[in-house]
Amino acid sequence: MNTSAAAAAIDDHAPAVASNLKAEVSHLSFYYGNFQGLKDISLSINSNQVTALIGPSGCGKSTFLRCFNRIHDLYPGNRYEGSICLQPDNVNILGKEIDPIDVRMRVGMVFQKPSPFPTTIFENVAYGLRLRGLAPRSAVADKVEQSLRGAALWDEVKDRLGSLASNLSGGQQQRLCIARALAADPELLLFDEPTSALDPIATASIEELITQLKQSVSILIVTHNMQQAARCSDHTAFLYMGELIEFGETDQIFIRPTRKETEDYITGRFG
Amino acid sequence: MSNGEHLSKQYDQELESLRARILHMGGMVEAQLQAAIASYERPDVRLADEAIESDRRVNDEEVELDRVVVNMIVRRQPTASDLRLIIGVARTVTELERIGDESTKIARAAKWLSDKHMSVRTPRLRDIHVAGLAAAGMLRGALDAFARLDAAAAAAIIAEDRDVDQQFQAIMRQLITFMMEDPRTISPSLDAVWVAKAIERVGDHAKNIAEHVIFVAQGADVRHASPEEVARAVSKE
Repeated sequence: MNTSAAAAAIDDHAPAVASNLKAEVSHLSFYYGNFQGLKDISLSINSNQVTALIGPSGCGKSTFLRCFNRIHDLYPGNRYEGSICLQPDNVNILGKEIDPIDVRMRVGMVFQKPSPFPTTIFENVAYGLRLRGLAPRSAVADKVEQSLRGAALWDEVKDRLGSLASNLSGGQQQRLCIARALAADPELLLFDEPTSALDPIATASIEELITQLKQSVSILIVTHNMQQAARCSDHTAFLYMGELIEFGETDQIFIRPTRKETEDYITGRFG
Repeated sequence: MSNGEHLSKQYDQELESLRARILHMGGMVEAQLQAAIASYERPDVRLADEAIESDRRVNDEEVELDRVVVNMIVRRQPTASDLRLIIGVARTVTELERIGDESTKIARAAKWLSDKHMSVRTPRLRDIHVAGLAAAGMLRGALDAFARLDAAAAAAIIAEDRDVDQQFQAIMRQLITFMMEDPRTISPSLDAVWVAKAIERVGDHAKNIAEHVIFVAQGADVRHASPEEVARAVSKE
């Protein structure tokens, strides 16, 4: 056996590298004023993997997602308990001493309704870069291209970077929003029902993109489309009435759930 | 939180219909097997013809059930226990159809015996009959376990296959000895070998059905596991 074949044989039998931790959620509770929206949730988000959050309307999945980038801070009366520790530095991003802006540099978000800024395609991506102080034009242009490539949008828009973002299709606008988020080199990307407003073809392209993106960034996705969760994610968390009912590998959740509540929800027996 | 029924009543009806249909096909194959085994013992040409004729209906059921399964997968995108049931049905349909084929082989051997008016008695007939009844019992037990999704009962059926295999080995040894002692018995003995082999295969297919029951009931894949490993997997749940 020659050396390259031997090396290949060794690679085939090498054990899979254990997934690293990206975020550790520990006894997380959340209150909208007096109403407790999340009840004592603990789970681990793995690096370079997609974690899906599923559950019926009002179960707290979007509430949970929004803890990760401190969007709740924008409204008075909201309160966190417990911790979300980002790795590898083990910083509790819910800590009062932590600036939410710093958190949002590390944790990006893409919303359900594509929301590009009312400006050019180029400016949509460049805006955040300039705010952060990236000055030289060439550096900004390089970063814009890199981000648009990362969002699988570059080839479609490279010849019209100066045209308005609003002229793009829904799917393209959503990918532009992803590029905008990627420009900040986030460690964790939050997707809140990213394809609910898109047609099946645009949905498929976003799902493809998510699968590619996880090589460079960890992903947390809220979806009410269970087939999407089954297709795209490595781990799935099922929430109900603010509680974490079950959390595990996606295959296990969808083929052999351990909790009856999970089984009832994913098979459509929820009454 | 739920009442055990899907939000879609149509879906519930489809699943119930699927369950009823696979059990009905199981009943057809059971009857076919029993007719085939009985036809070989006497031999009885009328019974043998019945067994051979019913194979056509079994094959039609296989095609129709497979069509229903594919339809349900594309329309319902089943998950969890629904998914396992539908997959379990698809696999069991195949096993049942094969049992039907083995029954046909036994029935044809019976007809051949009868046509030839063998003066030499079929060697080891009683042992073959006992093995046949054991295999038929395994099939009955596996279908019963499927109806109740009883993993423990299914595990017991899997353990019985060893017995049928051993009976088959014993019959083979005896037939070989028989053939060596008297070459005139080679023809009917070879015939008996095919019948014994068909019975052994029925036992294997019944065991496979039992394995599928465990998958449907508990999600554990126990194919290619020893009976001891199966018992452990079932008791863990």
